[in-house]
Amino acid sequence: MIEDIELETLINDVYEYYGFDFGSYSRASLKRRVSRVIALDGFKHFHEFLSKVRYDPEYYKRMVDEITVNVTEMFRDPAFYTVVRNEILPLLGTKPFIRLWHAGCSTGEEVYSMAIMLKEAGLLHKCLIYATDINATVLETAKQGIFPLRMMKEYSENYRDAGGQEDFSSYYIANYGIAKFNEELAQKMVFSQHNLVSDTSFNEFDMILCRNVLIYFDNNLQKRVINLFDESLAVLGFLALGTKETIKYSIAMDKYKQLDKEKIWRKVK
Amino acid sequence: MEKSKIISGCKVVIIGGSAGSLNALMQILPEISKLNGFAIVIVLHRKSTDDQTLEELLALKASIAVKPVEDKVVLKPGFIYVAPSNYHLLFEKNETLSLDTSEKVNYSRPSIDVSFESAAEVYGQTLVGILLSGSNSDGTNGLKAIKASGGTIVVQDPDFADMSFMPNNAIQNTTPDFVLNNSELLELIISINN
Repeated sequence: MIEDIELETLINDVYEYYGFDFGSYSRASLKRRVSRVIALDGFKHFHEFLSKVRYDPEYYKRMVDEITVNVTEMFRDPAFYTVVRNEILPLLGTKPFIRLWHAGCSTGEEVYSMAIMLKEAGLLHKCLIYATDINATVLETAKQGIFPLRMMKEYSENYRDAGGQEDFSSYYIANYGIAKFNEELAQKMVFSQHNLVSDTSFNEFDMILCRNVLIYFDNNLQKRVINLFDESLAVLGFLALGTKETIKYSIAMDKYKQLDKEKIWRKVK
Repeated sequence: MEKSKIISGCKVVIIGGSAGSLNALMQILPEISKLNGFAIVIVLHRKSTDDQTLEELLALKASIAVKPVEDKVVLKPGFIYVAPSNYHLLFEKNETLSLDTSEKVNYSRPSIDVSFESAAEVYGQTLVGILLSGSNSDGTNGLKAIKASGGTIVVQDPDFADMSFMPNNAIQNTTPDFVLNNSELLELIISINN
């Protein structure tokens, strides 16, 4: 594990050389991630790694891709998706046009999960799904809708636990260890790079999903990002976070009403 | 139990376990009526889809309150905290807990090594790490980290563990301060900071 002072040096240098501010990231996780990439790339000393980051913009990009966590799955927390399917989609369905934003979508597993549910609810044709991430590499994967075949057993169980009734394997074509999801699902998806730390609101949405992203931020940055979501959410729109995340320390709670025990809030004013 | 080393100044007791460790906790926790100025953090291997069952079960059995772990919750002495399913549990310098969904470690999320190593960084010699029953090598590296930071490491006696692999692996690769059966573990936890 690297030293605290080394981590702070890296944070300062990255800000100075590239303008990206990791200063508001949770330190415990960031420290593990940085230590991991140093070991992975075979650096013997921290200073070698640091000068590579400073002077090689390509390597800097790789480092950012590696230290941001990109582990995601389809229908993670089936109970969450059940509530979306049964309680939220019927409400969204009354609108002529539905805008969704997956913030921090990583390789897109949750975006495709949502698209499957929208399709089954007969709503996909009138949706526009914005999916953003800070990491351009994962967005390329997300665009293609190609996920490891070995994960499909678990995903199809999640899908069924989330109330899915169709044959899950009908949504993809299996080939050489990969599952390529039907292009029809991606037709309404728009992928673009967006940085929650520094970028601003870019549209108004009926639902914003940002699950297990805020856990990597400290309280101040969480507050800023929640306010960014608030600015980007239509009245009566929904905000969905990860099962262990909350908005209650970040925003006036009389503006939002929580749905059951799920981490979904409706903007009421 | 050797009485030569009395643990004082402890802030956190972190307990890791896998298969068979719930049994031990079910015997130990109901007998603890208060924690003397420290918190207990429990990191068990559990099904990724398990929502709150483990927390509810432990809350039912334990006499002390089990606090639900949410991101950035403040770690307060006197309570039990349980690592949620499908997240790694980490410790921040400002005495809050944070969560991480990164890759599994030792096929596990939560991983005991991850939490032990992170706790060792923050709590150093004010940390006690206890490793219980299991059939996986998770926890051994974490105990090493706790020891290296000056903390106390305790392993469940493999002869009394439902699954001996995990405690055995730890005993072979670390130098535990104590190797204890369940009633001795209870005695140790009660004696901390007394």
